[in-house]
Amino acid sequence: MLRVSSLSKRYKTGDEALHGVSFDLPAGQVVALIGPSGSGKSTLIRCINRLVKPTGGSIEFNGTDVTRLGGRGLRRARRHMGMIFQEYALVERLSVMENVLSGRLGYVPFWRSFLRRFPQADVDKAFALLDRVGLSDQVDKRASALSGGQRQRVGIARALEQDPKLLLVDEPTASLDPKTARQIMRLICEVCRERGLPAIVSLHDVPLAKLFADRIVGLRAGEIVFDGEPGALDTAMLTQIYGEEDWTQIHADDKLEPESDNAQRHQERMAGLT
Amino acid sequence: MMPVMTLGHRQLWRRRTPLAQWAIWFGWLALGVLFVFSWQVMNENTMWLFVEDAPRQAADLLSRAWPPRWSYLDKLWLPLWDTVNIATLGTALGIVLATPIAFLAARNTTPSATLLRPFALLIIVSSRSINSLIWALLLVAIIGPGLLAGIIAIALRSIGFIGKLLYEAIEEIDETQVEAVRATGASKWQVMDYAVWPQIAPAFAGISVFRWDINIRESTILGLVGAGGIGLQLQSSLSRLAWAEVTVIFIVILATVVLSEWVSARVRAAII
Repeated sequence: MLRVSSLSKRYKTGDEALHGVSFDLPAGQVVALIGPSGSGKSTLIRCINRLVKPTGGSIEFNGTDVTRLGGRGLRRARRHMGMIFQEYALVERLSVMENVLSGRLGYVPFWRSFLRRFPQADVDKAFALLDRVGLSDQVDKRASALSGGQRQRVGIARALEQDPKLLLVDEPTASLDPKTARQIMRLICEVCRERGLPAIVSLHDVPLAKLFADRIVGLRAGEIVFDGEPGALDTAMLTQIYGEEDWTQIHADDKLEPESDNAQRHQERMAGLT
Repeated sequence: MMPVMTLGHRQLWRRRTPLAQWAIWFGWLALGVLFVFSWQVMNENTMWLFVEDAPRQAADLLSRAWPPRWSYLDKLWLPLWDTVNIATLGTALGIVLATPIAFLAARNTTPSATLLRPFALLIIVSSRSINSLIWALLLVAIIGPGLLAGIIAIALRSIGFIGKLLYEAIEEIDETQVEAVRATGASKWQVMDYAVWPQIAPAFAGISVFRWDINIRESTILGLVGAGGIGLQLQSSLSRLAWAEVTVIFIVILATVVLSEWVSARVRAAII
């Protein structure tokens, strides 16, 4: 399904964000990616759909090496990978429907998307997805008029509108309150089970990761230091990933690392635009 | 900079170090000295006899300019219509030319940062550095007097204004929205249409209406150099020393400008 082999990424600033990362993702598996801020979670996810261009290694997605693609081939690969973002990344001034339909942009010609004349099948799918995420009464609203949880639901619908074969999810709950965070994580995992959809979900909330994922991959300074079942993630492992801390309270704590490193994220994002 | 000092056991805090404070004080002193010096240089050639006479001259002019010769209004409607048309068509042409240039000039949308971006910036700067009256002067010499020269002059000056404000708006867009649309497999043009354009649309409309409002004012004087509009009438009245007519023209221009400001304020309020 997805095979990442000795992937590495060095930014122009000289920071090595990823170093020899390798893992396989079988069909239908939900993997949580954990690790401290700056450990390369975002970079890894963005390398897979090439928002960031890796500097070494390969990413095999359904038999094609994504790292070698460009132009039309890259767009074809991207349309099969749905992505869900931390700050929702909806186009604020477009309506909910337009945001969901933008998931079809990789499939329709420019004139159709420009005139907003999407094939009826796409529109039907969008209505069904909005119903699935519980937003059928918000179709005509502007994205900016929705609450955080509602926006993330639109983000999920947009990703699923792509008919993805893989879901890339970057800190989906970091901007949400604990209850909404659980609801969103549950929704993401449910749709993955329904469709047998594999997903890579980066999370900074370890209890949430243990609760929802089939498998946990721990990153530290751009390298994989843990790869196994959630049950195998014990105190010693957490210390290896995050460093020395009193981990005995992990199940009582709801938030482990509330702040996210925005400067680092910004840098990673900008590097992908060059 | 060390604004924290110790005095005995207590720590003092000042906004600036003593050195910086003295530097600022001397800066102000130098500015004062420069002002006095400049005033003297400036007024070396002023004939104070004329300046003393000024209030009487002004009163004399005003007495001849009042009451306005309202009958002259009949001759002004057509030039006024021309003026509004010069401004509107010139702004429209300016928008059409400036929009692609803005996309070439914006760091995040330019196809080539080494070649096309400096080129686009050069166009913007040269358009901005030349006043529309001077553009009109050149164009009257090239394509002859008339409305067309005025329209093109307004358009050429508008390119710089609209282009600069628009490319700054493009550079300020939220890149995560662009990233999200790109991640769906969208093509370059689809990314423009779905992620970039929605974000700059309000700025685009606001800038266009604002420039139209400015252009109404600018087009009233283009006639002075023969580029059509109400300025032509103004020039002929001035040269005949028909001050009562000049008053009517001023009133008409004032009314038009007030009206255009009202319209542009309403449009901008409706967009945002």
